Amino acid sequence: MKIRFSIIIFIITTYFATAETKTVCEAGCDFNSIQTAVDSSESGDKIFIKAGIYNESNIVIYKKSLHISGENGTIIDTENNGYGFSVEATDIVIKNLTIKNIKISYTKEYAGILLFKSYDFVIENITVDNAFFGFLIQKSKDGIVKNNIISGQGKAEADSGNAIHLWHCENVKITNNDVRRMRDGIYLEFGNSSYIANNYSTENMRYGLHFMFSNDNTYEKNIFEANGAGVAVMFSKRIKMFNNTFKRNWGTASYGILLKEINDAELKHNVFEDNTIGINADGTNRITYFENTFKNNGYAIKVHGACYDNIYSRNNFLYNSFDLSYSGKLNSNKFENNYWSNYTGYDLNKDNIGDTPYRPVKLFSYLVNRTPESIVLLRSLFIDIIDFSEKVSPVFTPENLIDNQPLMTQVEW
Amino acid sequence: MLKILKYSFYDLMRSSWSYVYLGFYLLLGIVLLFLNNDLSKAVITLMNVIIVLVPLIGTIFGVMYYYNSKEFTELLLAQPLKRSSIFLGQYLGVAISLSMSLIIGLGLPFIAYGLFKSSAIWDFSLLLIVGVFLTFIFSALAFNIALSHENKIKGFGYAILMWLFLAIIYDGLFLMSLIIFEDYPLDKVSLIGTMLNPIDLSRTLILLKLDISALLGYTGAVFKQFFGTSFGLIISFVMLLVWVILPVFRIVFKSRKKDF
Repeated sequence: MKIRFSIIIFIITTYFATAETKTVCEAGCDFNSIQTAVDSSESGDKIFIKAGIYNESNIVIYKKSLHISGENGTIIDTENNGYGFSVEATDIVIKNLTIKNIKISYTKEYAGILLFKSYDFVIENITVDNAFFGFLIQKSKDGIVKNNIISGQGKAEADSGNAIHLWHCENVKITNNDVRRMRDGIYLEFGNSSYIANNYSTENMRYGLHFMFSNDNTYEKNIFEANGAGVAVMFSKRIKMFNNTFKRNWGTASYGILLKEINDAELKHNVFEDNTIGINADGTNRITYFENTFKNNGYAIKVHGACYDNIYSRNNFLYNSFDLSYSGKLNSNKFENNYWSNYTGYDLNKDNIGDTPYRPVKLFSYLVNRTPESIVLLRSLFIDIIDFSEKVSPVFTPENLIDNQPLMTQVEW
Repeated sequence: MLKILKYSFYDLMRSSWSYVYLGFYLLLGIVLLFLNNDLSKAVITLMNVIIVLVPLIGTIFGVMYYYNSKEFTELLLAQPLKRSSIFLGQYLGVAISLSMSLIIGLGLPFIAYGLFKSSAIWDFSLLLIVGVFLTFIFSALAFNIALSHENKIKGFGYAILMWLFLAIIYDGLFLMSLIIFEDYPLDKVSLIGTMLNPIDLSRTLILLKLDISALLGYTGAVFKQFFGTSFGLIISFVMLLVWVILPVFRIVFKSRKKDF
């Protein structure tokens, strides 16, 4: 009997040894430091960090699949001492923690959590306060980053980092994060096939979301508010942008979206409101703008050179100072079936399509393009008069840049 | 002078024109607020109106009043009164009564709408200050023109032409010169160009206070750097003041020499 009982005990202990939960707290737990708990754990173990302040930094997790979690009030204060976690492992989960006071450096990219060559990771419910970089994820794939709050205190672009920075990553889902007061909110550099949704990115110095050399990504239902520029998409292919809101990105060099050298993208059901420039397009090819709303922007769309085969259809252009500013030739770009609040035509046969074409480029926006200083005459009576006469008989504005079938009522979607 | 001012002022207050003018602004304010429902938007629309209409009305009123009260002026001239006080009194009477119509006409609907609780109050007061300045400037210019021309038709013609020039033609010439010299750095030139025309100066002052300033891009930044500082603001108000003082001096000077 006694032998049998000890066998059972033995079986139970060996069973739990394979997935042991270790607790960390200041006193009375298995460990009082996170690093020692990590060092004495095996792959598959769970580490639970109880509430308390841990003055630890550069916690290294090397080739161990751990499940690290904290609770409300678990705070890791790195005391400006470098990284919070530095991880190289697969199957890693880090959640429910607060990490704060990340060191600012001009040579190293210190982050709350650094993931390097990590696969199947989950970062969830992490608050990074006073961050330099929030999460720096390098050469990793198949991960989830969700429900995190990252905020920084940077004063200039040079001394601040990015909240979520992906470098050479693939298939990462970034959802429901709140990132603010950083350099870039979310930055994908060589990040492919990723999905970014429901994030709120605000007050970042440079971009709310930034793509560089990143292909086949989708972002939707995000809100980008009052950033240096809402989203910058550069040198990327096949980006899908759906249902996002870009608002109050307002300043002398601010955009809702900055599109630079990108191909085959799709913009659908986005709302651009109160931006200096809604979309700034430069060297973009084969992009469809479908059912977006541009409201109260300085310029709704500003098209620079080298744009081919872009199609703008069924968009709402509402009360923008300039609906469109255009450089160069039309280049097989198409404007069709949009609703323009400035359209003054009529619809005799009541098919909801205006009978006279609409010219979205005003003479004044053409002049401003040519001589930027002439913008000082904005809202002068003279400008209204020449705009009107240009509308009646166009001389300067590109002849074929017209919406032949402007809608009479706003597009609902 | 004060007596004449008082007389001119009451005379104008009794005339139906002041009420029409007041009524127009009341109506404008109410309609704008009723249609827009947004105080700061209404301020922008109002700016467009003030920049164009206030100078026009100031000009026409000034000329009209001068020619209308000519017989009375001649009567006054027979009295032992200083000429400068006669004409200055009349001028101030016109300018003050017009300004009052403007302030009351626009102020009432906005106050009723809840201006004091809104953040637009500074933009709005700047708008009114600029409006008052424009009234003073353009009625002084109108008096000048009327003093120099005995012929009513000529006087009216020149007055309208003056308004047309400052409100529209000046901007046209300005734009043309910007385009012709587009190869040169023009931000300083455009700054000076706006300073020289009271209508342009007022428009820029208000635009920069409103949110649209970011739209102005690089040039706007130069402008903001200038007008945004208290130094720039003082300079522009001094400029507006100069625009009032110079024509007033000419009124005094001209009236002293004029043969009636």
